[in-house]
Amino acid sequence: MRPRRQIATGTIALLPVWAVVVVAYLGTIAWTVLISFTGSRTLPVYDFVGFAQYERLFGTSRWIVSIGNIATFGVLFIGCCLIIGFLLAVALDQKVRAEGALRTIYLYPYSMSFIVTGLVWQWIMNPELGLQRSLRDAGFESFTFDWAVNRDMAIYAVAVAGIWQASGLVMAILLAGLRGIDQDLWKATKVDGIPTWRVYLSIVLPLLKPMIVTAVVLLSVAVVKAYDLVVALTRGGPGIASEVPAKFVMDNLFERSNIGLATAASTVMLVTVLTALVPWLYAEYFRGAKGHG
Amino acid sequence: MLTLARTLLSGAALAALVSTAAAEPKAEVIHWWTSGGESAAVKVFADAFTKAGGTWVDSAVAGGENARSAAINRVIGGNPPTAMQFNTGKQFDDIVAQSLVNDVEDVATEGKWRDFLPKPLLDAVTRDGKIYAIPVNVHGQNWIFTSTKAFETAGVKAPTSLDELVPALDALKAAGITPIAHGGQPWQDGIMFNALLLAKGGQDLYRRVYAEKDAEAVRSDDFRAVAELYGTLRGYVDAGSPGRNWNDATAMLIQGTGGVQFMGDWAKGEVKAAGLTPGKEVGCFIPGNDYMIGGDVFVLARTDDPDQKAAQALLARTMLSPETQVGFSLIKGSVPVRPDVDTAAFDSCGQTGLGLLKDETRQIGNPEMLSSADLVGSVRDVITEYWNSPDMTTDAFVDQFVEALEVAG
Repeated sequence: MRPRRQIATGTIALLPVWAVVVVAYLGTIAWTVLISFTGSRTLPVYDFVGFAQYERLFGTSRWIVSIGNIATFGVLFIGCCLIIGFLLAVALDQKVRAEGALRTIYLYPYSMSFIVTGLVWQWIMNPELGLQRSLRDAGFESFTFDWAVNRDMAIYAVAVAGIWQASGLVMAILLAGLRGIDQDLWKATKVDGIPTWRVYLSIVLPLLKPMIVTAVVLLSVAVVKAYDLVVALTRGGPGIASEVPAKFVMDNLFERSNIGLATAASTVMLVTVLTALVPWLYAEYFRGAKGHG
Repeated sequence: MLTLARTLLSGAALAALVSTAAAEPKAEVIHWWTSGGESAAVKVFADAFTKAGGTWVDSAVAGGENARSAAINRVIGGNPPTAMQFNTGKQFDDIVAQSLVNDVEDVATEGKWRDFLPKPLLDAVTRDGKIYAIPVNVHGQNWIFTSTKAFETAGVKAPTSLDELVPALDALKAAGITPIAHGGQPWQDGIMFNALLLAKGGQDLYRRVYAEKDAEAVRSDDFRAVAELYGTLRGYVDAGSPGRNWNDATAMLIQGTGGVQFMGDWAKGEVKAAGLTPGKEVGCFIPGNDYMIGGDVFVLARTDDPDQKAAQALLARTMLSPETQVGFSLIKGSVPVRPDVDTAAFDSCGQTGLGLLKDETRQIGNPEMLSSADLVGSVRDVITEYWNSPDMTTDAFVDQFVEALEVAG
């Protein structure tokens, strides 16, 4: 056991941090949840209306569409980023020439903000300006690529732009992981005559787990806060076809002066994230505790 | 060295003394007029205020929502600006209800505002019998602009009424020109629908829908006829329309690649910026009988400081003076809020607007003036969904419209 004084000093040193966490994070979260039970419009007021805002929220087709979209976007974005990022990392790990240059090129999109990414892809996918127009002008009359303005495809257009932007990041993280793998392991598998794809799938991938978890966490955060990409690329349109929850919150908070509904929507987002996060955290800590036995 | 410092210090002290002694009314104004034409227009206000002996402190914030939330945050935070911009309508209801605003009653009575303000505008700035905002301009929102060049190419006369619209669009389509230059963003889908609602459905139906939230009005045959006409117009836009900005659509009219555009009179700003004359290269008409008006107002933040109150009064007087009104609106593309001014300098579209403003029976506020931002937004979601879903039935549209009216209230 450590001396009491040392513990006290540590506690005092951490006090400001705790104050920030409790007031700035937990406090504002609690306040947001509280406001979601009121009928607040432009200004927060405390006229409690029970679950009325939540009832309205789930009766609004735009919110339902937003939830569906974020699920589609999230699965595609995280899944494709992981697969593409992994394949790129493996390809670069084959001791290719000009690796540094290629690595920079693949990582480059990530240095752009979502706003720029969205704008670039909006131009590429606009039938009157982009790829479709160029190819049709070049003689391919029947070529069609109009995802950004097609309401069935708009959310996939958003996903494509997001994947293009973030795959390089996954590549960089996994490449670092691959470099950390002991060369002796490769020699051993060569001796045993195991095919390379099998080594990647059954030995390397499990070893990369911490890197993959890091990548998934980073990508998930991007999914939850997806807003700027959608605003720049489709503005939630055509119609409401590519709306996302964060945009619903922003629009109601500012444009529509409807703080009550906006906080209800953000509370639902928070609860959803927690539901996904808590079992995972529990599993991690539970396993960790067992491991240290 | 010491002397130098002393000189500098005393100089600074003197400067401080002079600035306190002068005690000019100083007004900090938050607004969102940041584009080229807009900031030129707001400069008219600033210059007039300076000329009247005040000091104008300009706080421009890009984007209406951003400017409004910045203003409201400062009011709540206890550091209010002197005046802040809102759109004419219900946007400032809540801050009036929370007593965060000074009324303009004294200046309004002295300047006889009630005698000249158009009625929808007067109603929009009055709460409980008191005037709480300075209306500075009137924008018409139900204009249809026509490209003279496009109609010449197609060899037909540009339409000047709603009845002539659809045949004219067919002619343009046959000539291979995009009939409607439409910016497919929700608010622009809304502008088009509301213009049709007022033109085809009439002032009474429009009022019942937006002011009285009457579900029966939405279920009526007249409303369904409007919805069906609106649905028909989907066939006249080009594939690139979703997401297009309004000014890009106006540019299509200027170039002659697009035929007509449903837009507010701010589109004239683009026409003028291209060196053309509204009413000539780009024509304009109001479909139907009535003029749908909106505009901008300035709201004065609550203060008991006599200096600030003096600045607020001076601001109100300056903004509504006839010369400032004309100077501002000529640049902004709007029309003055008072009809008793010299209007010779306005283009033919502006003249039409001014004429309509003199006839009390032919004007009505835009949806933002008649109902809450929440309701306007919810209804707009339904309108834009209908516009972008050719397979959505009129019945489904009517049902969702009624539902939006009920939940948003």
